[in-house]
Amino acid sequence: MAVKRITAPLTDEAVRDLRAGDAVEISGVVYQARDAAHKRLVALIEAGEELPFDLQGAVVYYMGPSPAKPGNVIGSAGPTTSGRMDAYAPLLMRHGLKGMIGKGLRSAEVKQAMQDEGAVYFAATGGAGALLARRIVGNEVIAWPELGAEAVARLEVVDFPAIVVMDCYGGDLYEQGRAAYAREA
Amino acid sequence: MSVRELDVAKITAAVRDLCITANYDLPVDVYEALKAAQEVEESPVGREVLAQLVENADIAAADRAPICQDTGLAVIFAEVGQDVHLTGGDFEEAVHEGVRRGYGEGYLRKSVAEEPAHARRNTTDNTPAIIHTSIVPGDRLRLTMMAKGGGAENMSSLNMLKPAQGWAGVADAVVGTVSRAGSNPCPPVVVGVGIGGTIEVVTLLAKKALLREVGSRHPDPRLAALEDELLERINTLGIGPQGLGGRTTALAVFIEEMPCHIASMPVAVNVQCHAQRHKSVTL
Repeated sequence: MAVKRITAPLTDEAVRDLRAGDAVEISGVVYQARDAAHKRLVALIEAGEELPFDLQGAVVYYMGPSPAKPGNVIGSAGPTTSGRMDAYAPLLMRHGLKGMIGKGLRSAEVKQAMQDEGAVYFAATGGAGALLARRIVGNEVIAWPELGAEAVARLEVVDFPAIVVMDCYGGDLYEQGRAAYAREA
Repeated sequence: MSVRELDVAKITAAVRDLCITANYDLPVDVYEALKAAQEVEESPVGREVLAQLVENADIAAADRAPICQDTGLAVIFAEVGQDVHLTGGDFEEAVHEGVRRGYGEGYLRKSVAEEPAHARRNTTDNTPAIIHTSIVPGDRLRLTMMAKGGGAENMSSLNMLKPAQGWAGVADAVVGTVSRAGSNPCPPVVVGVGIGGTIEVVTLLAKKALLREVGSRHPDPRLAALEDELLERINTLGIGPQGLGGRTTALAVFIEEMPCHIASMPVAVNVQCHAQRHKSVTL
């Protein structure tokens, strides 16, 4: 499969170039955040306060790692189910978020916000946490360490493999892929 | 009949080891099933995902790292021989302590939240474990640890069907559950189905069904045929590895059944991700 190499944070141009079904390798900086962190990020935005990282062009990775063994950058680090962040994602996109890495279905509201704001949703392979950890070369907790695996971390990634499942044009590989391989029983 | 004494400290040590090895070493049957699926998967993306999963299992085993960062709730099945006398402390506390040590010393993620509807505070040591104890003949104690991740558990279902719905109703409930789950539970999944009993027992039947070896057939030919039928239907859904489209949506369907009330037909569907992690030991 041909692979598009992209850099995070994402530019509008980079987002517009991606289509559902594209295989990508992401290098640069992504931010680890899952349930508890999203709840707090949204509370900060609603209160008009500063966020722990710049959302402009940012890519979030829905992930909560296992603890790093001594000498390792991070423990196993695969994606969690994205749907739980659906309630928060549109607001983040309206404030500059351009990319989300996770796995699983998204709501109609999220898909609409991706088209309205120009954002992209990548799937990494769920349950491949040991393999994906090898593509993470930097890991610094930047907010809410008390949340443990749910803290916000700044992750440096190199050639992190993912598939574009939803693009900024409404393309959805979960729908297209399933339709292509579904058969009558 | 003599009674065999067993110090609960041995249970703690065994549970500790099971938590770690279950999370690092994918069972051989699952590993082989993922490899075999690569041969038959028609979708190029699906084949790529399956290749990543096989490579991931190799890396986890070699690096002594968790297969998945969601190292799960620790579900512990204890089959206690009726001629075993447990000494040295409280049995359930011994199990919790084993989980505490395993998740701590094994660098496994702690994924237990207390006050589920309110504070959702992490208990920080992955306790309490979920413990299912049964009394069996003999003087041995068999422990099984299943690491149950949240993503697949969330896609499971309990269906209180009407008896008139028959097998067609059961089949639709199972296939419908997997269909609605789509990409969420990390397919290819393993599907545990419980039929009969009461609401609490049918879900336990479904969970216990997940402990069977992938590739094994139910000893009852009638149930084996029904498992084949469901697996075939599920693999026509098109969901495929990680839900990106393909033939390999499930690796196995396992059914367990028991009698139920004349007015009832409970059906539970416990969905497990491809990281079908479990390990047993007999003390």
